[in-house]
Amino acid sequence: MRFAVLLKWVPDLVEDLEVDDEGTGVDTEDLKFKLNEFDDHALEQALLLAGEGDEVVALTLEGDGAEKMLCTAIAKGASRGIRLTGSSSLDTAGLADSFSQALGADTYDLILTGVQSVDDRDGQLGPVLAARMGLPCVSVVSEVGLEGSTAMVAKEYSGGMVAEFEVDLPAVLGIQAASEAPRYAPVSRVRQVQQTVDLEEFAVSGTGASSGSSITGMAQPESGGGAKMLTGLDELVEVLNGLGVT
Amino acid sequence: MAGVLVVCEHLSGGFADITFEMLGLASSLQVGEVSAVAFGSMADRSGELGAASTVISAGCSDDFNPEEYAAAAKSAVETTSPDLVLVASTSMGYDIANPLAATLGIPLIAYCTGIEPEEGAFVCTSSLYGGKMGVTSTVPGPAVVMMLSGAHNADDGRIEGSPGVSDLGAVDTPGRVRFKQLIEPDQGDVDITQSGVLVAIGRGIGGKDDIEVAEELADLLDADMACSRPLVDAGWMPKSRQVGKSGMRVKPSLYIALGISGAPEHIEGMKDSATIIAINSDENAPIFDVADYGMAEDLFDVCEELIEELE
Amino acid sequence: MTEHEYQNFVEKENAVIDGIDVSGIWNRMWEPRELTGFDFTYLDKVTSLPGGASMRACYQCAECVGACPVDNVGSYGPRKLFQRLQRGMDLFNHPDLWLCTTCNNCLRVCPKGVDMMQVMPAAREQAILDGNVPAELQEMLQNVAEYGNPMGESARRRTRWTKGVEYPVRDLSKDPGEVDVLWYVSDYFSYHSRGNDAARAMVRVFNHLGVDFGILGRGERCDGDSQRLCGETGLFEELVEHNHALFEQNPHQTLVVSDPHAYNALKNHYPELTGVEYPVQHYTQFLAGRIDQLNGLLTGEFARKVTFHDPCYLGRHNGEYEAPRNLIETVPGVELIEMFRCKQQGYCCGGGGGGMWLDGLTADHTSERLSENRVREAVEVGAEVLAVCCPYEVSRFEDAVKSTGNEDVLEVLDIIEIIDMCIG
Repeated sequence: MRFAVLLKWVPDLVEDLEVDDEGTGVDTEDLKFKLNEFDDHALEQALLLAGEGDEVVALTLEGDGAEKMLCTAIAKGASRGIRLTGSSSLDTAGLADSFSQALGADTYDLILTGVQSVDDRDGQLGPVLAARMGLPCVSVVSEVGLEGSTAMVAKEYSGGMVAEFEVDLPAVLGIQAASEAPRYAPVSRVRQVQQTVDLEEFAVSGTGASSGSSITGMAQPESGGGAKMLTGLDELVEVLNGLGVT
Repeated sequence: MAGVLVVCEHLSGGFADITFEMLGLASSLQVGEVSAVAFGSMADRSGELGAASTVISAGCSDDFNPEEYAAAAKSAVETTSPDLVLVASTSMGYDIANPLAATLGIPLIAYCTGIEPEEGAFVCTSSLYGGKMGVTSTVPGPAVVMMLSGAHNADDGRIEGSPGVSDLGAVDTPGRVRFKQLIEPDQGDVDITQSGVLVAIGRGIGGKDDIEVAEELADLLDADMACSRPLVDAGWMPKSRQVGKSGMRVKPSLYIALGISGAPEHIEGMKDSATIIAINSDENAPIFDVADYGMAEDLFDVCEELIEELE
Repeated sequence: MTEHEYQNFVEKENAVIDGIDVSGIWNRMWEPRELTGFDFTYLDKVTSLPGGASMRACYQCAECVGACPVDNVGSYGPRKLFQRLQRGMDLFNHPDLWLCTTCNNCLRVCPKGVDMMQVMPAAREQAILDGNVPAELQEMLQNVAEYGNPMGESARRRTRWTKGVEYPVRDLSKDPGEVDVLWYVSDYFSYHSRGNDAARAMVRVFNHLGVDFGILGRGERCDGDSQRLCGETGLFEELVEHNHALFEQNPHQTLVVSDPHAYNALKNHYPELTGVEYPVQHYTQFLAGRIDQLNGLLTGEFARKVTFHDPCYLGRHNGEYEAPRNLIETVPGVELIEMFRCKQQGYCCGGGGGGMWLDGLTADHTSERLSENRVREAVEVGAEVLAVCCPYEVSRFEDAVKSTGNEDVLEVLDIIEIIDMCIG
């Protein structure tokens, strides 16, 4: 079986975010980025499903984090890493177009990606990609089992409810959580991969796909109506007393 | 203006609150007729969808199915040609809205908290970056917009009436995704949706050991413990205690959030709490926007001092 | 597997010699016994690793059993590990791999040189490569790799603590150039609230002393020593590369560190990778070297009974027991009381060798935390203040003071805080 895992480099929310000078984007100078945590789960799920003779291929758009993400994926057990060149569109629409071209170049039985990312303003990648490729898709998946040419998946609803679906392969899954926490990639192994492994490249041809909307403004949510900040234990105790819980 | 189509979400025989939120929002936009698509036998409850003037009955199974529902929604859009399609930003919504927009070739806006019509286009505000940024987009109609829970008052959309019901007819699907069963969550020892006071912990708690401090506080306040998703994923707390989009919706009289950053998925589950007190060492944490009281302090310091004081 | 020829003694069922009963039934001394009938597979797996060889040398003398701080509250130590390996323990898949704090007390007393400081990192590295890392540790390692600190805090916030201090702190990343003292602040001083207290105290003391100092700023990353001891040599190498470049960019006379772990790394492990000998001093050594000047400035009094906890990585590992004591004793009013297990015999706080981030796992294998055991010792010798000079220790001991119910009995302070309180 051949699995594809789609990875995205996203701003790390550990940082304070600021609006850029144009006012339509996040200020990326000094900003720390990292692998979308849901994509990390998608990778883990693929690695857990892959058996003897199976291939897990990690794909991502070229850019700052591409080498690190792909080499880390290989250090964790992925077989190959492919960097997509020729497109800078980070919109879901553009990504779906780019990935569908790269994925169309080979046969994949199961395509996994994170359920969402912090910046997917124009939609979630998994279902958009699936629609483009004419493949079935289930999103918000927290369990996957393979049975021949089908996958059994658990889709999470609200209130802790879970729905089980059977999906014909090939298919796309939007992963909410892998069955186990993403494994650790020892730094020495990642470095070894960086020094010895050749990453593949795939040239994407001019994607006209765009989100269809334009960002006209960006701002931190107004804190007016936000919390009354308390200073010191006494104020907190006063509030609790007032609520009658003490 | 060709109006708004609301995709009505339901589970276990009842319309979800967000369905009424979207209906209320659709009406308030005043951009033409409001129609709603209801799936399966939910169309029989069109009387609840009085905020819409037309209900389209999609003959799907009552159990949600990604392929079926997306295909039905597409057919509904092709039939009514709305300028705006509202879909819930939920697990089910993800599998409807995205394929809908992609196959129709129309734009999509996700995580929307508010819409303003503007001359054939819509100005949408989305909550991105874990709630840390509000992004305004202008999108020309027709467009699909995914609405976050809590963006609009559900009561505004809860109108009894008798909208005209039109039958969508059969919708062809390849049948590659097959529903098997619905699994209810383990009740666990406590049903936190019924709790009066909740002490909820998030990633800020650090390690499994450190949960004790919060439990001590909960004890003293006669509160139940709850948590955000990461702690359930890590196996430190049972799923029955998870608050949020894919966990429980709680309405306690007091919700104390310790070390919870306030990502939209969590907020969804607890914003209806009567009073929210948040403690997080990051003063920019989004939780402080929804909390009534906050302290930008180390949660362990505050807990320990508070425990001492209460004892 | 026998290496010797044993004489075949025959036991007599009834034998009384000179009135003494040596009948064979109870007196089995004369029966040949296999001494080497163990399967050495698991032991060999450890000793075949580079760094693991010394494990073989153990001849079960048990000197280390009394010395091991973990054995004091559990069942541990090189001797026991050797025994367990002989009996088929797979160390790479066992909690025992992670209980060692690398405090060096066993090596100190071992007549055969069984060196846990080499064996543990070697075995742990193998375990990590095999995918066996305790979850708590994995998170810490990921944090260090991503953010340069074990807490997972934004690197940009590393210098936030400088805002709360009355004197300016020269940030060499913004104000580059030569400086007399390059002060390597460290993670806990930068990010932990109690560490911030000590860091600010350091700034005040430096200013009173007129020290020309600067800090690296946001670019400073974890020294990596604990991560090296956890088996993450790749991460350690990355950190060495990174920090070394910063040291080189900022010419200095002395490299002062707050943290004994950084001291150990810079003195003993960075040089073999960078080829540079660093002019490194622990802050207690730096200040002890200026003790006359310091004395003139100590106008306040600290009339308390103070005991000092020797940090393993300054004391036992690097032989410095006097500088911290000189500083403490020079503070007016202080009565210095020694604990029973002091200096070379100092009892580990449990934070070293990764222990700082393994309390969850350790709790399942020990009757109490090492830090709790130590706090009770401090109380027993009549101390009112437990003085420390390692950034890991303040938080460990303060937690232990609370969990042992000694909040009103024992206060934990970094030596720099005590000096700061009295400097005028």
